[in-house]
Amino acid sequence: MSDRYSQIVNSLPGKLVAGRVGLPQPVELDRHATGDPVVAGRVLLGAAPGGRLGQALAGVLAGIGAEASTTTEPSLREAAAAAGLDAALFDPETSGDQRFKALVFDATGIEDSTELVELQRFFHPTMRWLERSGRVVVLGTPAFGCDTARESTAQRALEGFTRSLGKEVGGGCTVQLVYVSPGAEDELDSTLRFLVSPKSAYVSGQVVWIGPGVVKTPKLDWDEPLAGKRALVTGASRGIGAAIAETLRRDGADLVLLDVPALSADLEQVAARLDADTIELDITEQGAPAAIAEKLADGVDVVVHNAGVTRDRTIAKMPEERWSGLMEINLSSEERIDDALLDAGLLRPNGRIVCVSSMSGIAGNSGQTNYATSKAGVIGMVEALAPTLAERGLTINAVAPGFIETRMTGAMPIAIREAGRRMNSMSQGGLPVDVAETIAWLASPASTGVNGNVVRVCGQSLLGA
Amino acid sequence: MNSKTRPVAVVGGNRIPFARSNSAYSKASNQAMLTAALDGLVDRCGLDGVALGEVVGGAVLKHSRDRDLTRESVLGTRLAPETPAYDVQQACGTGLEAAILVANKIALGQIDAGIACGADTTSDAPIGLNEDLREVLLEANRQKSTTGKLKQLAKVRPGHVVPSIPRNEEPRTGMSMGEHCALMATEWGIARVDQDELTVRSHDNLAAAYERGFMDDLITPYLGLERDQNLRPGSSVEKLGKLKPVFGGESGTMTAANSTPLSDGASALLLASEEWARERGLPILAHVSEGQTAAVDYVHKGEGLLMAPAYAVPRMLDRAGLALQDFDYYEIHEAFAAQVLCTLRAWEDPVFCKERLGRDEPLGSIDVDKLNVNGGSLAAGHPFAATGGRIVAGLAKALHERGSGRGLISICAAGGQGVVAILEAPGGRRK
Repeated sequence: MSDRYSQIVNSLPGKLVAGRVGLPQPVELDRHATGDPVVAGRVLLGAAPGGRLGQALAGVLAGIGAEASTTTEPSLREAAAAAGLDAALFDPETSGDQRFKALVFDATGIEDSTELVELQRFFHPTMRWLERSGRVVVLGTPAFGCDTARESTAQRALEGFTRSLGKEVGGGCTVQLVYVSPGAEDELDSTLRFLVSPKSAYVSGQVVWIGPGVVKTPKLDWDEPLAGKRALVTGASRGIGAAIAETLRRDGADLVLLDVPALSADLEQVAARLDADTIELDITEQGAPAAIAEKLADGVDVVVHNAGVTRDRTIAKMPEERWSGLMEINLSSEERIDDALLDAGLLRPNGRIVCVSSMSGIAGNSGQTNYATSKAGVIGMVEALAPTLAERGLTINAVAPGFIETRMTGAMPIAIREAGRRMNSMSQGGLPVDVAETIAWLASPASTGVNGNVVRVCGQSLLGA
Repeated sequence: MNSKTRPVAVVGGNRIPFARSNSAYSKASNQAMLTAALDGLVDRCGLDGVALGEVVGGAVLKHSRDRDLTRESVLGTRLAPETPAYDVQQACGTGLEAAILVANKIALGQIDAGIACGADTTSDAPIGLNEDLREVLLEANRQKSTTGKLKQLAKVRPGHVVPSIPRNEEPRTGMSMGEHCALMATEWGIARVDQDELTVRSHDNLAAAYERGFMDDLITPYLGLERDQNLRPGSSVEKLGKLKPVFGGESGTMTAANSTPLSDGASALLLASEEWARERGLPILAHVSEGQTAAVDYVHKGEGLLMAPAYAVPRMLDRAGLALQDFDYYEIHEAFAAQVLCTLRAWEDPVFCKERLGRDEPLGSIDVDKLNVNGGSLAAGHPFAATGGRIVAGLAKALHERGSGRGLISICAAGGQGVVAILEAPGGRRK
């Protein structure tokens, strides 16, 4: 945690004062380091009676090698045994002071609003035992997978629960809702691993949809899921782009890093460190898509559209070139590059496109009509392309960062900066690596069921939904 | 090479009533109590002057001077002094392990009859010298010169007066057995009320056994006691519910009632070949048909300290070709009510049975009306090494009365160990 306020608040006198006067009290978030376990503590698995995900969830936890407990729900014990999960029993009546790093609740058994009380029954006695930087994951069924209006109503209701829980839990804990389509039970692995791990440090209050895989999920070396895969990252010379490159490299990818010639020195530095190829060009140039396609003539597995700029001005004061220049970089060039790669068939089977949208694109922001338009357009692009790409065995998703500590945010006026930092469930800004980890999850060859999602990396910011 | 085995009979049993710590038997030594239990058995089975194959026994809390406790006790009884004896020690499994040892020698034909026994006192406990003082004294003893000895002895400090008292804790974890069991109760979600219910049933069952005279030929009164001192008939879950927890912190579920108290006592069992018993006109109460021990790694692998019987029983059942439900009586030692309930829950649990026991199906539930039908350790008390003898004698008698059937014995022990066995009625395996 780098910012000064967090340092002061986490000092002893700072804690006392902040606690008394009700200032936000950010905690230092757990973050993943190479060699760390997926989840550093016990995972409690619970379920509403009749849930269909018990065995799949237990199977993922067994694969992780997680220390696990389940509730006494008999179907869950049988599911754990069938999945080979050596889980302890947890009975809230006699729980003692067991602590949990993650609470995972299969809510797919809830078929009527009267059964939503299962949420209360599971979380009421367990929330206080959730450790710092703890994880909560609730799993449900999307509306189109529900058999009745009652079931659909109850399943939609889960969203209000997880979003509120994310806001009240504190302690650097995150809360997510994952809607799993019927038939997509076996596509949970990469998503659950991400959401229970410190890799999702700054992702909270999100809803993720998992559908049937676009291809059969391959077997993976979870330490290097991108081994043998080639990834293009645009805007890779600094900030979030450099972090994305580093994280994908850690996951085993061969990198092709792209940035404008003006940032050549920075790009070369990153490329040298990560043993990467580079493309130096301006993506808005007319010949750029063809040049990129040529450079990637052997094919590419992951394309990360990260390059982006802000050109803030209220619309009344915004000249056309300020609008158009940004739109070219942030949206139009991405469309052209995708078209070029797809037309040439260069995205390999089980390929990924991951775009970087923004909280502004969801919530809007004063002075950013151009920027927010481009970033909302990115979301539109993801939603529009997802079904077509799925037919070709490819996925497209986006991340939408909130307040991330970068040079750009560091240059903001202090009042706006502090507001951005604190107005979220974590009471702090995220780090570039938080965005990068989220992209690495979406880029994973195992994320075949994750398509058309927009996942915010915003610490559950108060802005936007 | 001897490749034949023969049936082993439980012929008789005897014990002295168990007393609460620092009470009726506060000044009785292990040797005195064991001698009394053995002499009672001598009377009951007509062993006056008889030389047996061997007597095997032990105690858990033992004075260093009692290094041959069993042999010294035998010499004090009316058994022939030519009866050999040796000590064993396996924590709370001592008594049952001793019975298995004797039974095995009989089965192999190495002896015809023997006694398995055990005694323990928590009142006449072996208090040791202060460890620092002991080192000073030993060092002084090693010095050759008087000045050297005096110099060394000058190192004695007032604090050295504090003695070394045996503690009821696991050396490798520093936690008491009760604290370990509280962890298990938490892990297995064992409710307070279930523990208290088991406790009440234990007392009621033992009281009923005394009432109908079942205990008459299992007990020899000693030092004024005719019944187990801990027995509290007519208790209720409501009354026990008022007790404060003693293990597992304020939210704990284990109380002084649903945990066994520290106790004093001794027991003895006569085992023999069928021919030996018939020659002497002694009854064959039951056969010892199986025995098994197991241990768990509670230090590094997070196993419950007292969960070893949960492993030992299925191994034994597989060898015997039996299911958990194929029994008419279950004698599960009530070290703590929670231990019994954890064990039963583990056998019902698909995860434990698959992951820890490697079985496709859970062992399943037992009929709790067959559990500890004549009371258990919660009511009788638990002088560690004497418990095995109490259980075997009671079960053998119950099977003899029933005339058919089979009983399972399960005893947990410190150090993550468990000793289990099967007794069968001499009438065979009629169901």
